[in-house]
Amino acid sequence: MENEFYPLFYQFNFYLFGLIALVSAIVFVTRKSPVAAALWLVMVMFALAALYVMLGAEFVGMMQILVYAGAIMVVFLFVVMLLNLGHPSELNDIRGKWGRVAAGLVGLALVAELLALGRSSVNTNLVLPAAPAGDIAQGTAGIIGPIAGPLFKEYLLAFELTSVLLLVAIIGAVVLAKKRSAVAVDTETPHAR
Amino acid sequence: MLESTHPLADTAARFVWWLPTLPLIGFLINGALSVYASAKLGPADPSSDHGHEAHGHSANAHHQPHAADAGHDGHDTPIRHRFAAIASVVGPGVMVVAFGLALATFFAMRGVEMHSPYVNTLFSWLPVGALQVDAALQLDGLSMVMVLVITGIGMLIHLFSVGYMQDDPGYPRYFAYLNLFVFFMLLLVLGANYVVTFVGWEGVGLCSYLLIGFWFSEQANADAGKKAFIVNRIGDFGFMVAMFMLFAHLGTLDYTTIAAKADQLPAGGIVVTAICLFLFLGCAGKSAQIPLFVWLPDAMAGPTPVSALIHAATMVTAGVFLVARSSMLFSIAPVASLTVALVGAVTALFAATIGLKQWDIKKVLAYSTVSQLGYMFIGVGVGAYTAGVFHLVTHAFFKALLFLGSGSVIYAMHRAYHATHHHGDDAQDMRNMGGLKKYMPATWALMWIATLAIAGVPPFSGFFSKDEILGAAFARAHGSTLADATLLGLPGSTVLYIVWVLGLASALLTAIYMTRMMLYTFHGPNRTGAANTPHLAEAPWIMTGPLVVLGVLSLVGGWLNLPAVITDLMPIGPSGTLEHWLEPVVGEATARVAGTGTHLSASTEEVLIGFAVAIAIAGIVIAKMRLKPEVLVSKSASLPSNGIQRVLEHKWFVDEAYDATLVKPTYAISKSVLWTGIDVGLIDTLLVNGSAALTRFLGWMGGQLQSGRVGTYAWMLVLGALLLLRAFARAS
Amino acid sequence: MLAESLTLSAALFTIGVIGVLTRRNAIIVFMCVELMLNAVNLSFVALSRLYGATGQVFVIFVMTVAAAEAAVGLAIIISIFRHKKSVNLQDINILRG
Repeated sequence: MENEFYPLFYQFNFYLFGLIALVSAIVFVTRKSPVAAALWLVMVMFALAALYVMLGAEFVGMMQILVYAGAIMVVFLFVVMLLNLGHPSELNDIRGKWGRVAAGLVGLALVAELLALGRSSVNTNLVLPAAPAGDIAQGTAGIIGPIAGPLFKEYLLAFELTSVLLLVAIIGAVVLAKKRSAVAVDTETPHAR
Repeated sequence: MLESTHPLADTAARFVWWLPTLPLIGFLINGALSVYASAKLGPADPSSDHGHEAHGHSANAHHQPHAADAGHDGHDTPIRHRFAAIASVVGPGVMVVAFGLALATFFAMRGVEMHSPYVNTLFSWLPVGALQVDAALQLDGLSMVMVLVITGIGMLIHLFSVGYMQDDPGYPRYFAYLNLFVFFMLLLVLGANYVVTFVGWEGVGLCSYLLIGFWFSEQANADAGKKAFIVNRIGDFGFMVAMFMLFAHLGTLDYTTIAAKADQLPAGGIVVTAICLFLFLGCAGKSAQIPLFVWLPDAMAGPTPVSALIHAATMVTAGVFLVARSSMLFSIAPVASLTVALVGAVTALFAATIGLKQWDIKKVLAYSTVSQLGYMFIGVGVGAYTAGVFHLVTHAFFKALLFLGSGSVIYAMHRAYHATHHHGDDAQDMRNMGGLKKYMPATWALMWIATLAIAGVPPFSGFFSKDEILGAAFARAHGSTLADATLLGLPGSTVLYIVWVLGLASALLTAIYMTRMMLYTFHGPNRTGAANTPHLAEAPWIMTGPLVVLGVLSLVGGWLNLPAVITDLMPIGPSGTLEHWLEPVVGEATARVAGTGTHLSASTEEVLIGFAVAIAIAGIVIAKMRLKPEVLVSKSASLPSNGIQRVLEHKWFVDEAYDATLVKPTYAISKSVLWTGIDVGLIDTLLVNGSAALTRFLGWMGGQLQSGRVGTYAWMLVLGALLLLRAFARAS
Repeated sequence: MLAESLTLSAALFTIGVIGVLTRRNAIIVFMCVELMLNAVNLSFVALSRLYGATGQVFVIFVMTVAAAEAAVGLAIIISIFRHKKSVNLQDINILRG
């Protein structure tokens, strides 16, 4: 369906990357090996980054690849290899049949509700303007400008707080993951499994 | 009439509430003595080994061996109860005072025209909504007659018991129960409404249970007591339903008010017939008619004076009294009255046939009582309420005499057996008696008076009362509201003729079995055993004295209500005294039943009287000729009977039939359905254990909230989010 | 494209939820949570086309917080692994009440 706002090429690519994201997500969820799962998740993120760019959020798309796929998922893979969890375990860690059935039903319910919500509060007949709104429409601030503006003006406090949050997270991670010295005895009382 | 303006209000009658109170005081004192003695002095009242009839005289006249009597031989000198002296004074004493008060009230009533009953309201008892029931006592002709019988004969029996029960370890308890019984019986007859009567009704049932099972440590005696109570209870259900219906339709339960309002119910209609039939169900239970008579023979397990008082003179007559009291209802329900008469007649004949073949002297008298009660119900059933009450009074005289006389006989037999340490024989079985005339002449003579009275030989009392009943039945068959009604498809007159014929047949059988009893007991050779006979003797004067009084009453009791037919021929006394006395109470009802044209001619009446006398004498002659006491052997040596004799001896196997059709199915249903199904299955498993399981389940569910398992937490999180989303989706 | 974006976002979110409910390996569950965050990011971005750049600012914040959370969470998993020698969620129930 040729849309005057969205050329066919655009739509085709959109659906293509959407499909890649969806399929990758499904495959990700069903992998036994954590390494394989992580890599499939990276695939999802790449697809999503492409979608972001196509939706006009180029900076976010770049951030997605740099931070999410490039840093967070790398940390995941670090931990997997640190703990030597790369091999698929002998026992399948996916829940049994009834668990999967129940989860499937819940998932169906969830997606139904979300779609219902989506329909009710957002008028989907509204046509998206070809050009992004606001500063982006004017094209005066470039790509980063429209994001940097609110970030340092209206949401400055939140921005500063996230930096504090990152500091706390770093400290916390270091403390938690530190190897205990030989003196500190494990005083945890054993619980029956 | 208001009690304040009643002519009796200023006389001794205002103390009428003392009449039941005196025996109640006696009960309290004697009961306190008994309880104190057993609490303080130890169990001196096992109440089985020392009574005269305690040696296992079960309902089936089996003599159980003295399994528990290891030390029996050691009690040659029986031990009297510690408080026996006090109980001997209190027990009969209150009865003497009560009788005196009853006499005073009677004389007060004689001097007054009693148009309406004198009602003494003690207090308002049940003012509940539309129902007003007072604790009120009513004095009129009928209740006065009953009070005199109860207190008079009760007094005599109390005196007799002083001698009879003198060695019993439960002596004060006995008098306590006996006094309590008199209290309830007086409430029954003095009640001014059905509810007070019902209190007395139930109370005498209770005392009957307590007294029948007096020697309760023998299983058979306890069972007999239970049987009496349970069978009575079935009748009580009928009484209660009748009361409910009375309240539903007439809104009141007072006798006087019901008498006034009785014409509001359609005569002969379904309502009044149902009320009367339910009342009669109660009477059938209390007065041992078919089908609820089975408790009376078993009740002979109690002490003989108890049988004399309760099961001859007073309690069993409560049913007859109730019908007479409810005459205003029965007279407008001809179908119910016909039923009463027919059931009474059938019972009379049925019980008489059984009495022909009983060997236990008390059982003979028990079935005789059932039979004579049937007569009384014939009387009140055909609307001759005075005749029924008349027979009640005369029967009280001679039946009490017969029972007390048999008590003297049994007492003597027991004394003889104890003196010779001869145990294992039944002291009550006639096959072990015989020829006692030689040893107990006074008892012999008095019991013959009673036998002639019950057989209906003139001029003894029973002749007059029986003849009046049969005459009334015959007269009503000729023309009355009853004759015009139909019962089970038969015209009323046919039913009444059947009743009359059955009555005559029972009269014949009565004469036969009573003469048989006298022959086997007092005449012929002695079968007690040569070792025992020297110890047979007359009972002490405290026991024989009341017998003499009752003998005199049995002789002259007929003068209470001489029929006009006879007084016209021979002016031997006033005619119809009792009838005039009861006129204000039952006269209207009697006239209503009689209707029109029921006066038999004098010649017909004379023929009927002659016929009755002939039957009575024929019965005695037949018995004397056919029954040979010489061929009897003692009980231990006698062979079991067979054929019709066996059927009669085993009382037509009625108890066995009831057991098979009613008792066993009830047990089976109770066990399999009610116990296993409902009690264990439904209540225990489902409700009790189920609620516990439910609580445990709820607790388990709560416990899952804190399981520490992340997977569970994740589930709960997602489900909660789903619910929230759903709420949002709905809201928008 | 908005409707398709939102639908895809819902689908990815649901797949993440199914993954959280189905898997027992702690790290994989963690990664499913990241998938859910990504789905939400997609929603934000798609709607920012309609409502302005605020959506994209939010995405920046989400990513930042996700990074912090990933760091701390993985540190916790390492710490647990040291004690339990397992990252199976069924074995991690020390907080049982």
